[in-house]
Amino acid sequence: MKLIFERSVPGRRSAILPSCDVEAAPLDEAFARQRELRLPELSETDVSRHYTELSKQVYGVNCGFYPLGSCTMKYNPRIDEEAASLPGFTGIHPLAPEADTKGCRAVLDEAARYLCEISGMDAMTFQPAAGAHGEFTGVLLIKQYHDARGERQRTKIIVPDSAHGTNPATAAMCGYEVVNIASSADGCVDLDALRAALGPDTAGLMLTNPNTVGIFDKNILEITRLVHEAGGLCYYDGANLNAVMGVVRPGDMGFDCIHMNLHKTFATPHGGGGPGAGAVGCKDFLKDFLPRSALMEGEGRLQVRAFAGNFLVVVRALAYLKTLGREGVPEAAKNAVLNANYLMQQIKGSFEPAFDRVCMHEFVLDLSRFKKETGVSALDVAKSLIDRGMHPPTMYFPLIVHEALMLEPTETESKQTLDEAAAVFRDLYRQAYDDPEPMHTAPHGTPIGRPDEVKASRTPVLRWRQD
Amino acid sequence: MGSYVPSTPAERQQMLAALGMEDALQLYADVPEAMLLTGPLDLPAGKSELQVRGEMEALAAQNTRYGTILRGAGAYDHYIPSIVKYIPAKEEFLTAYTPYQAEISQGILQSIFEYQTMICELTGMDVSNASVYDGATAAAEAAAMCRDRKRSVTLISGAAHPDVINTVRTYCYGTGHALRVVPVKDGVTDALKALLTPDVSSFIVQQPNFFGQLEDAKALGALVHEAGAQYVMSCNPISLAILASPAECGADVAVGEGQPLGLPLGWGGPYLGIMAATQKLMRKLPGRIVGQTTDAEGRRAFVLSLQAREQHIRREKASSNICSNEALCALTAGLYLATMGPEGLQEVARQSMAKAHYLCSELCKLDGVARVYPGAFFHEFVTTLPRQDAVLAALSKAGILGGLPVDGGVLWCATEKVTKAELDRAVAIVKEVLAG
Repeated sequence: MKLIFERSVPGRRSAILPSCDVEAAPLDEAFARQRELRLPELSETDVSRHYTELSKQVYGVNCGFYPLGSCTMKYNPRIDEEAASLPGFTGIHPLAPEADTKGCRAVLDEAARYLCEISGMDAMTFQPAAGAHGEFTGVLLIKQYHDARGERQRTKIIVPDSAHGTNPATAAMCGYEVVNIASSADGCVDLDALRAALGPDTAGLMLTNPNTVGIFDKNILEITRLVHEAGGLCYYDGANLNAVMGVVRPGDMGFDCIHMNLHKTFATPHGGGGPGAGAVGCKDFLKDFLPRSALMEGEGRLQVRAFAGNFLVVVRALAYLKTLGREGVPEAAKNAVLNANYLMQQIKGSFEPAFDRVCMHEFVLDLSRFKKETGVSALDVAKSLIDRGMHPPTMYFPLIVHEALMLEPTETESKQTLDEAAAVFRDLYRQAYDDPEPMHTAPHGTPIGRPDEVKASRTPVLRWRQD
Repeated sequence: MGSYVPSTPAERQQMLAALGMEDALQLYADVPEAMLLTGPLDLPAGKSELQVRGEMEALAAQNTRYGTILRGAGAYDHYIPSIVKYIPAKEEFLTAYTPYQAEISQGILQSIFEYQTMICELTGMDVSNASVYDGATAAAEAAAMCRDRKRSVTLISGAAHPDVINTVRTYCYGTGHALRVVPVKDGVTDALKALLTPDVSSFIVQQPNFFGQLEDAKALGALVHEAGAQYVMSCNPISLAILASPAECGADVAVGEGQPLGLPLGWGGPYLGIMAATQKLMRKLPGRIVGQTTDAEGRRAFVLSLQAREQHIRREKASSNICSNEALCALTAGLYLATMGPEGLQEVARQSMAKAHYLCSELCKLDGVARVYPGAFFHEFVTTLPRQDAVLAALSKAGILGGLPVDGGVLWCATEKVTKAELDRAVAIVKEVLAG
């Protein structure tokens, strides 16, 4: 389809503003822009049609099943959108006086109460704008804690090799050396490897539980105890909280601080890659290190962005939390886990689970034998699913499983959807043995086929230019 | 209670039975029993949609909404065209994840590619990423991308936004690098040259700066380059319609807070971190970048590109940990720019500047009110203001959010949205309080 620039016609425009009712202000030539401003020139009809056409080439949770592992693609309730578009929230200036922003502050307080109770933490900040940003904020709590105690020799953060790439990247952004420890066969922490890695230079451990293969680490109390014994702190990556919320709390597992992805667990929409929100909670002894805006609340503390955070995302999450309440939170978790186990059980017998045991909210299929036998890769299966009307699972993650497909159905899918999806998986499994050829070039029914990524990287074209 | 779980109790039992189980708690056999929550969470009961709507409306009603906003300081009350509100609410845009599966994500990918192009046009830079969290984190990421082994010190103008300075300070604390704040004189950056030591990697200036003043951005850039450091400009994107672009001022990296481009004030977020750079720095840009390529049939296709820079490949060697960004805000900004067009955007900039200058000249006719800093300004300015609290309270009572109290006075802002009549009314109220 055409780019918006290719629809531009010189002189075309929309009527948005009245003419100016005060005298023009002169601008000194020295400050003035000389360069021509080449933005598209369009009518409102052009703009509307363009974006409608774009929207038809996007697959959202509203379009169908979206079992993208580790991303918790649950349904995004529309009431949450309406709440976030109330003018009493959208029209509030971040630097309006405190007395004028009681409602905004109450939203944060109330959301903090819910999230502290769910996570087992004592205090919460909403400054971080995403999960990775939350990790950064959380590990900075650990750094400030050790610095305040004069323990600057604690220079290492331990990260299991099954962790998401953001964990080691975060530790590095906080100036820490990353100690990668191998996982045991089931993706859990290898206690011996952990003991060997711990020492007086340990600042902390970053862990997600359930882990990235969807298994709850049953040694968790021992793990956090060992880290604390060595003088380190434990950071909980809340990426997988949806499996356990209302059932077991990170605070009770021994974690000192945590981030939660409001755009995963608490149903705020992903928006094609953001905005999210990464609420960070901590135990009481860390709360004085939580970030805050210098301009809103005064100097003297660190801050990870301007103002109070992605506030309108928090509004959505609060509407969701109010809807679920004390019964709905564990109900969501249990059904997320039930759906994942049921789907795995229905697929089993064709594709093989990497770990043939009860999983939490997601599970990993290991396609290495299948690929050896059929020549069809995890990528081919993923792309073939597109032609069957499904969003593919997460591919080639976690790194500790080869030819991995990771499925997370979430609790908002019905038994019918899961049965249909399982049937599609079984069908593709058979097809790979009978007629694999079309799978290598799938998808076939999309506006484009597989793009040439090597070309994109070797000869980068990152903006449009008029020929 | 509200719930978004579609399966009926009977279906849940069927699914459990298929697993050989009777109770969903059996699924949690790996969780040590002592740790399982035994009672209900200490939370209110779940509520129906109708009740939740009522509660959220009640919360919103506790806020004060102002009909006239004369406060900026990093968040600007520009007019948002209707279409700019409607399109990003389309469910496909709203509920999609990051476009890793290009074949079913061309709409999102193309919108980002168009956004990147528009940001390049606005800033004059060669490459833009797909966004970062906000203007403050964009500045912090820019500082990080400019460092190398020999040059590790970051300089930032003391006339930058306090939250931007503090955010950059925080990121520097993280990696253990030094940040030095360049002094301010007469409301603009001063004495930069003396601080440009050989270990300086970059200098960050804000244009227009926190006080609304226009910095001599070209001269500052020349000093920075003479010293062999990189020049980072943090710009208000609306102002770029009429002010010299970062490229014209010699910037190596251009960043900025994208909120003025069609995003609501929203008590501070979500906003949009704009980030663009010269070709030379392309592979050091953090975050996602969309590139154009072709499929096997030669059709134009868009993909997430240059991923070798990113955390999911490089892990602890990545320059940034960012993955989720502000994609929907970038889509909104692109949509806003397309709707306004070049003339429309220039009109927003010119009118904002004209109205701020009118407000300034009217305020300064009052006794005891005068500009604190000399020199040119865009759409914000600082004045002295006697009886500050009383004046702001009287404005507030009249539905006007007055300027922000800062050191030495009040920081005022006007946008194209306010009319002359509103400005006259505000000035009349100030006059009345000062006379009283």
